[in-house]
Amino acid sequence: MGRWRSVLRTPIGLTASVLTVGVLLLAALAPVMWTDDANAVDTSNILAGPSAQHWAGTDNLGRDIFFRTLVATRLSVELALAATAIGVVVGLLLGTAPFLLGRRSGRLVTAGVNIAVAFPGLLLALFFAVVFGIGATGAVLAIGLAGAPGFGRLTQTLVAGIAARDFVSAARLAGVGRVRILFRHVLPNIAEPLVVNATIGAGSALLAFAGLSFLGLGVQQPAYDWGRLLFDGIQVIYVNPAAALAPGIAVLIAGLALNLFGESIAKGLGIGVAGGIPALTDVPDLTRGADRSTQSPEPAGNTDSHLVLDVRDLQVTFPGPSGPIRAVRGISFTVGKGEAVGIVGESGSGKSVTALAVSHLVGDTGRVDARRLDLLGTDLRDDETTATRHFLGTSLAMVFQDPMTSFNPTRRMGSQLAEVARHHQGLDRRSAMERAVGRLGAVRIPDPEQRAHQYPHEFSGGMRQRAMIGMGLMGSPSLIVADEPTTALDVTVQQQVLDLLRTIRTDDDVALVLISHDVTVVREVCDRVLVMYAGRIVEDLPAGDLATAARHPYTRALVAAVPDMETDLDQPLAVIPGRPVDAADVPAGCAFAARCPLASARCRAEDPPLETSAAGRRVACWHAGEPMDVRIESRRLAEVEAP
Amino acid sequence: MSELRFEDVTVRYGSTTAVDGVHLAVPKGQIVGLVGESGSGKSTLARAAVGLAPYSGQILLDGSPVPTRGRRRPLQMVFQDPYSSLDPRMSVGESVAEAMPGAGRAERRAEVARLLGLVHLDPTRAGARPSELSGGQRQRVALARALAGRPQVVIADEITSALDVSIQGAVLNLVRELQRELDLSMLFISHNLAVVRYVATHVAVMYDGRIVEEGPTDQVLADPDHDYTRELLAAVPGRRSHP
Repeated sequence: MGRWRSVLRTPIGLTASVLTVGVLLLAALAPVMWTDDANAVDTSNILAGPSAQHWAGTDNLGRDIFFRTLVATRLSVELALAATAIGVVVGLLLGTAPFLLGRRSGRLVTAGVNIAVAFPGLLLALFFAVVFGIGATGAVLAIGLAGAPGFGRLTQTLVAGIAARDFVSAARLAGVGRVRILFRHVLPNIAEPLVVNATIGAGSALLAFAGLSFLGLGVQQPAYDWGRLLFDGIQVIYVNPAAALAPGIAVLIAGLALNLFGESIAKGLGIGVAGGIPALTDVPDLTRGADRSTQSPEPAGNTDSHLVLDVRDLQVTFPGPSGPIRAVRGISFTVGKGEAVGIVGESGSGKSVTALAVSHLVGDTGRVDARRLDLLGTDLRDDETTATRHFLGTSLAMVFQDPMTSFNPTRRMGSQLAEVARHHQGLDRRSAMERAVGRLGAVRIPDPEQRAHQYPHEFSGGMRQRAMIGMGLMGSPSLIVADEPTTALDVTVQQQVLDLLRTIRTDDDVALVLISHDVTVVREVCDRVLVMYAGRIVEDLPAGDLATAARHPYTRALVAAVPDMETDLDQPLAVIPGRPVDAADVPAGCAFAARCPLASARCRAEDPPLETSAAGRRVACWHAGEPMDVRIESRRLAEVEAP
Repeated sequence: MSELRFEDVTVRYGSTTAVDGVHLAVPKGQIVGLVGESGSGKSTLARAAVGLAPYSGQILLDGSPVPTRGRRRPLQMVFQDPYSSLDPRMSVGESVAEAMPGAGRAERRAEVARLLGLVHLDPTRAGARPSELSGGQRQRVALARALAGRPQVVIADEITSALDVSIQGAVLNLVRELQRELDLSMLFISHNLAVVRYVATHVAVMYDGRIVEEGPTDQVLADPDHDYTRELLAAVPGRRSHP
């Protein structure tokens, strides 16, 4: 309800509603109230211009055109709605037929609809008007049927989209018949765009009627709709322009009303963006605030020449529907030259946002604050300039999860890689291409010269991911940020990509930030691991200690939850009960307290600071290292997880 | 429970052969793991069994062809992505009830409650929409729906790969528990050997549309015969010493 109200509050929503209600009221009431006025013949006053008595003048029988226009509302709207109804019903039948009939007969229907769509609507309407005879009935059928193929085509596409979803397959497996699936699963899920289209279609039908009647193919005397009035008015336009203008304006207003109404419905149903999300204005700049009690003291040393990346008190905030979402809440870490640092955590822990912040990719809606954000001693907090872009383009390489969407599918691989060198290093086409081929070879793509001329879809998933890494190597980066680089890949291919990252790191002394939800992957490649939970770093420890010497309960649970080849088969796997914290609503105290078996009253009240130990490890927990039974019986899960 | 048997099953799409003459048996009350890389034909084999892909050869349930028409479906499948396998417009209770063979209203409600309890979901949540549930909870609803048809065999197609690792454990525990309590026969498809090792007593390795190796899980993993199996084993993360 709230959404509808917010739509009503927008200027378009309000205008649309007022206009539509007005037109419908007029359609209902005008014939009752003004039919006599509209039909009153006054032969002494024919074809008069506008006057106080006749606002839009009179017609060739002296009838008041203003009242006739008002009274014509009902017939015009009725005809438009009837035509729309025909279009929608026939369209739905045509659109759902392929789903109901199965593949072979379905194809025939699809082909038929496609041919019908290719015909101009008005031509089709004229054709039908001739077939069904001139008059209101013929016009309704003509316009309705002319609109059907378009609506059918839309329905067909939407149905096909839903039919491919797994829940339709599941219903079929459950033995539910096609017709029942159509009504229970398919139609409810495509209703929104169809309703919107039907409403907008009604507006178009109204205009089409005006057009048809204007050509003399629509409503015939003595009945009259706006098109008929236009037809009559246009013949006397030099005597009384208002006679054509009045019904013209009526058509305009009603058409506009229905179109805007359709758009407002779309917004109300959430197809467009209703109202919008308020921009970030009132978020205090937390990095400059006085209360730093929850954060650890700064790591020692100022600008260290060994550091590739130096991040202090990084905060990333996004606007949300109910207040700002603090995706990253003040994290500090450094990455040394040639060091491999892993960031692990569940989805929503802020690990990917951290990567985006480092590479200047957060976008305009989010806000990045930090006391320090240095890459190779260069401050990245400043506004983006050509210089920083250039610096980032050559010093930092980013590898994303989905290698299919990281490349432009319409361009050859080689030229996509070469573009980087031409843009950032100013190489000419030839040497840029040579470098691209070289880099493809460096990431172990066989036949790099031939492969460079292929398109992304001709590469396998693993090869695309390696090419992505190769693209990052086109500059000479000091840091590679890889965000779940292997999650979309098969295990064997995953191993190749991890091997490649490892080799590049040791051979070229490139630092690596590897982000993953899988501790086993991180453990294998990295020296050090940062464990993130709810936008904070909760533990920072050497990767080798992950399995044996982790101290934070979350880290320990995360490690125990993943089966490996040595897992005890007689015990249930460890489970972290409950759900990750919603970044828009982080509780007071330790964010993990609600899911933690060690949580005490203090944890719920006070957020533990990230304490640095003598060995340089960091952990944020009041009960760090205390004995804990990570095996929480699966039976308990239901109780904890049910809100 | 029953035995599911694939005999010389071949699935062709146009000129590509996705599944090539597969022989495989899922014995009564056992979980058989099916591993292989994407594109090896694992999912296609599963879809053929439940009638979602056309095949040649025979897929037999206790010696007779699997019925793929009509209301009664003794073979059920759980899909990979719990975000697309539940109708967003239906409550989870309705989704589960839909798969039940005809019964009275009160009977259905009791059965939905029983099934949700079985997968450790609060039965009072039957009215919830999928959007109100987490990924792990949705996957448990999907399991409950598969069980609602009182299947003899369940096929689980990569049911944990779309889930966070922290949730994956809970779903795997549930799979093992259900198998034990209901004595289910199950074909468990996954590309993760560690996961398959944890739930399956038998494992079959699929490569390029064929089953290249098959046997008791501990034997296959301890002493793999085929090169591809060895490659798979070597690729399990955490198997190598870290730096």
